[in-house]
Amino acid sequence: MVAYVVRRLFSTIVVMAVVAFVVFSLLYLTPGDPAAVIAGDIATDEDIRRIHARLGLDEPFLVQFGRWLWALLHGDLGTSIFTNLPVTTLIGQRVEPTIALTVCTLVVAIAVAVPLGVIAAAKAGTWIDRAVMAFSVLGFSVPVFVVAYGLILTLSVELDWLPVQGYRNFRDGVWQWFRHLILPSIALGTVYVALIARMTRASMLDVLAQDYIRTAAAKGLARDQVLIGHALKNAAIPVMTIIGMGIALLISGAIVTETVFALPGVGRLTVDAILRRDYPVIQGVILMFSAVYVLVNLAVDLSYMFFDPRIRY
Amino acid sequence: MSTALAASPIATSKSVSPTWRRFREAFRRHPTALIGGAIIVAMVAVAVFAPWLGTIDPQAVAPIKRLRPPSEQFWFGTDMLGRDVYSRVLYGARVSLVVGLAVAGFATIVGLAIGLVTGYVRAVDAVVMRVMDGLMSIPSVLLAIALMALTKASIGNVIVAITLAEVPRVVRLVRSLVLTLREQPYVEAGISAGTSLPLILIRHILPNIVAPLLVQGTYVCGSAMITEAILSFIGAGTPPNIPSWGNIMAEGRSLIQIAGYLILFPGIFLSLTVLAVNLLGDGMRDALDPRLARRM
Repeated sequence: MVAYVVRRLFSTIVVMAVVAFVVFSLLYLTPGDPAAVIAGDIATDEDIRRIHARLGLDEPFLVQFGRWLWALLHGDLGTSIFTNLPVTTLIGQRVEPTIALTVCTLVVAIAVAVPLGVIAAAKAGTWIDRAVMAFSVLGFSVPVFVVAYGLILTLSVELDWLPVQGYRNFRDGVWQWFRHLILPSIALGTVYVALIARMTRASMLDVLAQDYIRTAAAKGLARDQVLIGHALKNAAIPVMTIIGMGIALLISGAIVTETVFALPGVGRLTVDAILRRDYPVIQGVILMFSAVYVLVNLAVDLSYMFFDPRIRY
Repeated sequence: MSTALAASPIATSKSVSPTWRRFREAFRRHPTALIGGAIIVAMVAVAVFAPWLGTIDPQAVAPIKRLRPPSEQFWFGTDMLGRDVYSRVLYGARVSLVVGLAVAGFATIVGLAIGLVTGYVRAVDAVVMRVMDGLMSIPSVLLAIALMALTKASIGNVIVAITLAEVPRVVRLVRSLVLTLREQPYVEAGISAGTSLPLILIRHILPNIVAPLLVQGTYVCGSAMITEAILSFIGAGTPPNIPSWGNIMAEGRSLIQIAGYLILFPGIFLSLTVLAVNLLGDGMRDALDPRLARRM
């Protein structure tokens, strides 16, 4: 088991190294000279040459990559071209709304999707099952910002129940903070619910066909006990996997959701950085999101041992 | 289920391949796939015949008539520059369909080529798959955004960026199929008969990959259309002077409280098209994998 954990950690490091290389290459391949961008419009050639020397832009690719990686390992993601602040500081300032949004969405989505999937599997072939599956296909097809604007138009503009957009700090009052997160979380969660519900149903159907489920029913256990205690527990692994993989959807969706609802999070920072061509920030944000994605999936992989004691690596 | 079992490949006539037979079978059993197909055909017709469907120049600015709500004259209303939203939405179908189909085509071809080689040549496999793992660790929308930030906005660049972001998933699928297929007796027979590697790949392995790849292709198409809209929506996609559904919605963003229809109509068209593609994909998947069909 220890060997497996070590091997898994090692492959995670390899993947992150590839991500770092790709992200660095992106900046390196940028058409246009970052030094010219930093120097501004009235810079002379001499200024640009000086900045080149200061940033080490004249050195070979691998030397630059090595230096960048070294700084990265020391927690230095570089400096924003636009604001002149360290990228880590910028991300730090923006991280609260993003964490609030994604964690809220994750909790709500799992709480809705898993029961939906279990019910659909238990009532397979009935109209309940078909309704859940139809919702699932719809959830995959309607893009996050269409859901978001649909919610805003009905619940905020027409009915005036919830704020159209904006964010309140957690410290300034939990109720206001929560009110501003309801619509973004529903919008972001729709596709995620579709994904998890579908996988839960499929996995449950597999397990429900097993002999031990019939045995459990035969010895007189209540249906709910069979469904939750016996079936769901054994169906958990594919569901966990898809929750981990779905984090990618959540991250992409958060960028859009934060734009629609004007949440001052890392997603919004990403969009601003792209519009301003602030490459160090773009790099830093991609690295951060990818690291989160990779680490969550590592945690999911390792959690299998908890869900299924039969798994001994 | 019994009909599917009865229709064994041996019993089929020479003229109709078993794959097509299963397709027809599945479409009969899944009317939703037919509905999906019909919507796609309608959208393609809208895109192709946009100039003859009562539209005016989608770029024609008319400041006097700006922000008119939907009416008999302007079916979907007008935007803040007085442009006819109905015309813009109809022309917008062209962008979504071109991007969706092009990305599906390119990603499938590139992914197939890389996947075939990595699945069969061990030495290449280790390196290429680590790179693919790395690429897949970057959420695909984020990767496409980053690529768009590097280049100037154009439909061609949007297609390239989304294709690059989608390729790793196709490679994954093809590689896993090849890894199973290469152990099949008929492949071993081919090898022992001295068939060359390219010929084995093309003759014996490729035909068995086409079907699942076609299904994957429809999903790639749907996801590419959503990604294009997201890119345009956040201002890093199709150039603003081309009416695409994402662009129209981006322009309506600040007007949501007074002119919700600016977002409503392109949103409906986009969702409907992606839904149609996904329904078609689901139908095809059920047709090709009867075992999976019962579960999903």
